[in-house]
Amino acid sequence: MYADNQETQKEIVKIMKKDLILCGVGGQGILSIATIIGEAATKAGLYLKQAEVHGMSQRGGDVQSNLRLSTSEIYSDLIPKGKCDVIISMEPMESLRYLPYLNKDGWIVTSNKPVVNIPNYPDETALNQELESLPHVAKLDIDTIAKEVGMPKTANMVLLGLAAPYIEILSIEQLREAIKTVFARKGEDIVNINLKAFDAGVANEQK
Amino acid sequence: MEKTLLLGDEAIALGAINAGLSGVYAYPGTPSTEITEFIQNNPVAKERNIHSRWCTNEKTAMEAALGMSYAGKRALVCMKHVGMNVCADAFVNSAVTGINGGLVVLAADDPSMHSSQNEQDSRFYGKFALIPIFEPSNQQEAYDVMKIAFELSENLGEPVLLRVVTRLAHSRAAVQTDATREMNSFNPSESRGWVLLPGIAKKQYANLLEKQTQMEEAARNSVFNKMEGSGNNLGIVACGIGYNYVKEAVANYNIQETKILKISQYPLPENQVLELAKTCKEILVVEDGQPVVELDVKRIVGDKAQVTGRLTGKLPRQGELNPDNVAKALGAEVKVYFENAKNLAGRPPQLCQGCGHRDVYAALKEVAAEYKNSRIFGDIGCYTLGALPPFQALASCVDMGASITMAKGAADAGLFPSIAVIGDSTFTHSGMTGLLDAINDHSNITVIISDNLTTAMTGGQDSAGTNKFEAICLGLGVEPEHVKVVVPMPKNIESIKQTIKEEIEYNGVSVIIPRRECMQTIKRHKKK
Repeated sequence: MYADNQETQKEIVKIMKKDLILCGVGGQGILSIATIIGEAATKAGLYLKQAEVHGMSQRGGDVQSNLRLSTSEIYSDLIPKGKCDVIISMEPMESLRYLPYLNKDGWIVTSNKPVVNIPNYPDETALNQELESLPHVAKLDIDTIAKEVGMPKTANMVLLGLAAPYIEILSIEQLREAIKTVFARKGEDIVNINLKAFDAGVANEQK
Repeated sequence: MEKTLLLGDEAIALGAINAGLSGVYAYPGTPSTEITEFIQNNPVAKERNIHSRWCTNEKTAMEAALGMSYAGKRALVCMKHVGMNVCADAFVNSAVTGINGGLVVLAADDPSMHSSQNEQDSRFYGKFALIPIFEPSNQQEAYDVMKIAFELSENLGEPVLLRVVTRLAHSRAAVQTDATREMNSFNPSESRGWVLLPGIAKKQYANLLEKQTQMEEAARNSVFNKMEGSGNNLGIVACGIGYNYVKEAVANYNIQETKILKISQYPLPENQVLELAKTCKEILVVEDGQPVVELDVKRIVGDKAQVTGRLTGKLPRQGELNPDNVAKALGAEVKVYFENAKNLAGRPPQLCQGCGHRDVYAALKEVAAEYKNSRIFGDIGCYTLGALPPFQALASCVDMGASITMAKGAADAGLFPSIAVIGDSTFTHSGMTGLLDAINDHSNITVIISDNLTTAMTGGQDSAGTNKFEAICLGLGVEPEHVKVVVPMPKNIESIKQTIKEEIEYNGVSVIIPRRECMQTIKRHKKK
């Protein structure tokens, strides 16, 4: 279904693409965000490439995933410098690690809560100032919202909700559907709480 | 058939199953691990009873696969690039014996050393063994290549090498799959060619040399190699995923007047390289890894064209290719809108909270500090992270098993105390033979087998020696009173320190086995 869809779509609309960097600290649930966007993109018939980090870095180190979505064929698995549309980060310092990849009008969507598991973590005030000096930043205390929703582990879904309006190539509804599909095998309760977390993230963006 | 979202590794695994695979033989190693894991969990593989249990090391894997091939079945061997060093003896000689059932050897290289100790290029091994090499450029090709690789292997009667790099192994894209081929029937070889006595080996080797023409012809006609574009300014030889970065740059920066020779099957087709040299004054070689093809292209074109690449500095000599260094090599100016952040610190990986290795290092470091010249030789696994803060305990990390043998050699030279730290899976992979050397030599070393009941670093695969370590050590000849098991927990630190101290003071080989399950596998077992 993919290729056929592509051809017809290409005739109607011009090529659309979004390059996303998902990042954070090993164990924060970056790959789950990638899985959901990947599922939504697959269902939407988009081309997709998703480069992941496996192995050593997953032990509490910095992790990232390059996620490329497009209505036409994608070549490189990695996003070139200056081409990333949205950096979606589970941790504020990590959101800054990929700055050279951000395009001129790109957005940073990040948790504002530092994970301090290194002795030389930068000064938090200076870190915040640097983040705020950038033109397009959305920050949120996703951990607190996830706790309010009732499940701290859904912080990554709050972040996805916050980032959803910037992904553009996929609608909020398409992402919701993907959450349902991905969590389906874990039961209805888990689906619902993840949807609730996602919706809370979306609501916070629209405030 | 529908499209499925697959990692490069998973595409290879599914491609192999659908090509009629009968067995995968592998030792876990990033970035190759997911291939075997996929086969272990695949319903068709289960139904067909495809062999997929982990092997003790890459050499046992290579040899078992060769045995399956001898019996007529299709076999796959998977490893990370440094695993090629471990299985090199069997690998190189399998080209001399030749094969019966199709045999594909997969090496996953790790340029930029994301999870490795070097960036050796496995294509050198393929050339060394004189066999065909495949290097898919994307996930679809990684799937498609399997059927063709097994067919070529059987047509030639030779093993073939499949080389991927981290960025393909660990990147996902949609893959179109097709029908599943039947498995080969049981059909043991009758050939004498497997007996590599010099008289037979000479004939076999002559035979292998004779097949080179066929291999070249296969690469010349390969569906994976093609010439693109009609420009005559810059010729580009784009190998494996290097092709993607070239295409990305050409599209992003509107680069014109290029002619691209895409290469995903070797030996490098010389006539196509010469064709490039006919019209292009410069030939840029874009390859991930070491300058294997660049050297070949130089030899082929001589002074007909200027050859550039990693050796000439057009591309960096070290590290993986990326869209930016390739774009620059093509003459584009890469625009960066935001400089590196100021408030940024490195965040290296670390041992998990609650990990038993932490307690081992906490005790070991304190005891070692009591001796002026103590050294702790490390090995490959999660516990290598003991080299980083807060422990900074390790003097070395070289290759699988080297902790024990380096400790032995250093003790031979007079070092005391000479201590080795090795994980359970690494010990059975390559530590046992070294321990036997130390025992036979009465070396004064203290070996710590930090046993977390799994191959943890690669994600918690079964460890070959689980429940067998005391028996192995005793069997090899360690004195029974110097094989000690402890439980690495904070409350036991003082008694562990005491044990370590006693064993350091014993003049001979002693083995201490701190044993507690990996935190990651405990979590997984609880979920189940």
